[in-house]
Amino acid sequence: MPIDAKTNLLLPPTTGQARAKAKFSWTSDHGILRILGIVGIVFVFALPLINSGNYTIQLGTQALIYILLALGLNVVVGYAGLLDLGYVAFFAVGAYTSGILTTRLGWPMWATIPAVILMCVIAGIVIGGPTLRLRSDYLAIVTLGFGEIIRIVAQNWEPVTGGPSGIFGIPSWSFGGFTLNKIQLYYFCAVVVLLLGCFGIPRLAKGKLGRAWKAVRDDEDAAEAMGINTYTTKITAYIIGAVWAGLAGQLQASFISVVTPSSFVFLQSALVLMAVVIGGMGSVPGVILGAIIITLGPELLRDVWENRYLAFGILLLVVMLARPKGLWPSTSVLPWSRDKRDHDAKVETPAKSHDYDPQEEVPS
Amino acid sequence: MTHIAHGTTTAQVLDGVDRNILLSVENLVMRFGGVTAVDGMNMTVERGEILSVIGPNGAGKTSVFNCISGFYRPTSGSIKFLAEEITKTRPSEITKMGMARTFQNLRLFKDMSILDNVKTGLHSRIKQHWYHAFLHTPSFKKTEHFIDETARGWLEFVGFSGDERVYVTQLPYGEQRRVEIARALCTSPQLLLLDEPAAGLNHAEKRALIELIRKIQALGVSIVLIEHDMGLVMDISERIIVLNYGKEIAVGTPEEIRSNPLVIEAYLGAEEGQAADATGADVELLADEAEIDEALEEIEAEPEKRGH
Repeated sequence: MPIDAKTNLLLPPTTGQARAKAKFSWTSDHGILRILGIVGIVFVFALPLINSGNYTIQLGTQALIYILLALGLNVVVGYAGLLDLGYVAFFAVGAYTSGILTTRLGWPMWATIPAVILMCVIAGIVIGGPTLRLRSDYLAIVTLGFGEIIRIVAQNWEPVTGGPSGIFGIPSWSFGGFTLNKIQLYYFCAVVVLLLGCFGIPRLAKGKLGRAWKAVRDDEDAAEAMGINTYTTKITAYIIGAVWAGLAGQLQASFISVVTPSSFVFLQSALVLMAVVIGGMGSVPGVILGAIIITLGPELLRDVWENRYLAFGILLLVVMLARPKGLWPSTSVLPWSRDKRDHDAKVETPAKSHDYDPQEEVPS
Repeated sequence: MTHIAHGTTTAQVLDGVDRNILLSVENLVMRFGGVTAVDGMNMTVERGEILSVIGPNGAGKTSVFNCISGFYRPTSGSIKFLAEEITKTRPSEITKMGMARTFQNLRLFKDMSILDNVKTGLHSRIKQHWYHAFLHTPSFKKTEHFIDETARGWLEFVGFSGDERVYVTQLPYGEQRRVEIARALCTSPQLLLLDEPAAGLNHAEKRALIELIRKIQALGVSIVLIEHDMGLVMDISERIIVLNYGKEIAVGTPEEIRSNPLVIEAYLGAEEGQAADATGADVELLADEAEIDEALEEIEAEPEKRGH
C-alpha cells in the first residue's frame, strides 16, 4: 500500500497541480471587488474629515459596531447554518462584562478584553452545549429562549447589573492616561472591525475550519462521514460568533457609555439576522452591506415617514422577493455579476448508451 | 484470490488477533421499533479484498452499512474494525480510524465547489488550528498547499477532468459519483464502503466504475459494496454475501453464489413445487396465529387491570 512515510497517509499516486492563476486585472469582477473594498476603507477613514458632526460620527460608529456584530452572526448562520435567534445575548454579555468591570472595579477598558472573551466563551458553551444537539427549527426556538433569559437576568439581577436602569458612566477606551474622544473612538472601531471582521472572518472561512462549517451546513451526516466531528465544529462556530458579538458589545458599551436591558430585546437579534439575510448569507461584502442598511435605513427614513419601521419592513420584503439569496449572494463576486453556479461546467458527459445487456441485470 | 497488502505477506497473528481481518461483524441486530432490519448478521472483511453485499430490496443492506460506519447504534452484536470494538464510536472517529463510505443517494456538499468538497475529506488528517487560518501563518500556507495537491491528485485519480472550481450541482450525475469517491479516498481509508455506486449510471459509466474500483483495490484499500447490478457484482467481487430478512443466507465466490438455490429463491421467490419450503412457511404462519391469539387474550384482560 503506497502509504506516505512522512504523513502516514494514503496519498494519490500523482499529486495534482494547481491551475495557473488567471492574470489579475482591475476590470475583472475580482478587480472591481478590490477597488470597491479600497474605496470603502478610504471612505470609512475619510468620513470624519468630510463631516465631523456629532450625528455623522455617532451613526458611523453605530454602523461599524453592527458590521462587526453581523459578521459574527454570519459565522453562525451563514457558514455553519445554525439559525440563532438569540444572538444579541452575547452582545449583552460583552457589554455588561466590560461595563461592570470598568464602573464597579475601575478596570481600564482594554484590560477587560480577556474577561469579555472568557465570559462569551462560557456563555457560548452554556447556551450552545445543550442546544446544538438539536437541528434547525428546534435550535432557533431554544436560542430565542436563551436570548430572552439573558435579558431578563440583566433586568432582575439588580445588585450586579443595575436592574432596568442598567449601568451608566462607562468610560471610553484609555491607554496610559490618554482617553479616546468620539472621533478617535470611531477610528478605533474602524480598525477593530476591519481587522477582526473584514479580514479575519473571510480568512477563517478559507481554512480547514471554514470548510468544516460549510460541510456541516450542507449535510451533517456526510460531514460526519468525512471525519468531521459535527458537534465540536458547530460549537466552535457558536463560540467564535459569541466572542465576536461580545467584542462588539464592549465597543457599544464604551461608545454609548450606558448599558440597559432594553437595548438587548429580541428586535435587536432580529435586526442583525436581517442584516445577514438581506445581505446574503455567507457573503462577507453582503453582510457588511446588510449591516449598513439596517443601521442607516431607519435613520434615512426618519424624515420620510413617521412609521419608518413599517416603511423599512416593506422595503425589506421587496428585497427578499426580488433577491431571495440576498443583495450580494455568496455565489457571485459582485451583486450584478453572474451567479457562479451558472458557469458552465466543462465536463465531457459520457456518451449515453442504453444498450444494456439484459443478462447482466439478473443473476443466472 | 485475496489480495494481501498493507505490507503483510502472510496472515499475521499477533496477540491472538488475526491481522489480516480488517472488519468483523458478529451477531449484528438492528431493530427500529417493531421492525428488525438486521437480524443476527455475521461477516468479515479481509485486507485488500473486494466484497459485495447483495440481497433483495429491504434485506437490510444499507442498515448494515449504517451500523458499520457508526450512523446507527446497533441493538446488539459486535463490530470490530482493526480489532477494535466500534459499536459505540462516533462516525467521524470511525472515519479517522480508516474507514470511508459513500451514500446511496449522492450526498455531496451542494453549496461548495468540487475541490472544496474533496478537501473536506482531509479534515481529520490535517492539523491546522483556527488561528493559523486567522493569521495566515506559514504553516497554514503549507498545509493548504498539501491539501490542495492531495485533493487534486484524488480528483485526477478518479478520472475527473472538468473544472474543479464549479459547484457540484452543475455536474452530471456520473461525475458527481466520481467526486464522492474522490472525497472518500481523501480520508485515507483502509476500508471503503460503497453504497450502490452504480445506481443511475449508464453502461459506459459502469465500465469506468469497475475500472476505478480495481484501481482503488490496487492501492491496497479493501472495498465493500452494496449493489443491485449483478453484472458489476459478478465481475469485480472476490466474495459475495447475500442478505435476506437481515441475515446472511449465503457467502461465497461469484460462481458459488450464482448456483446457490437459496439465493435464486430469495431473488425469484420459491416455486410451488418446492414442497419442503412451502410447508415450512405454513408452520411459521400457524405459529404466528397462535401468538396473535395470545396477544388478543392479553388485550382483553387489560381493561380489568386498568379499571382501578
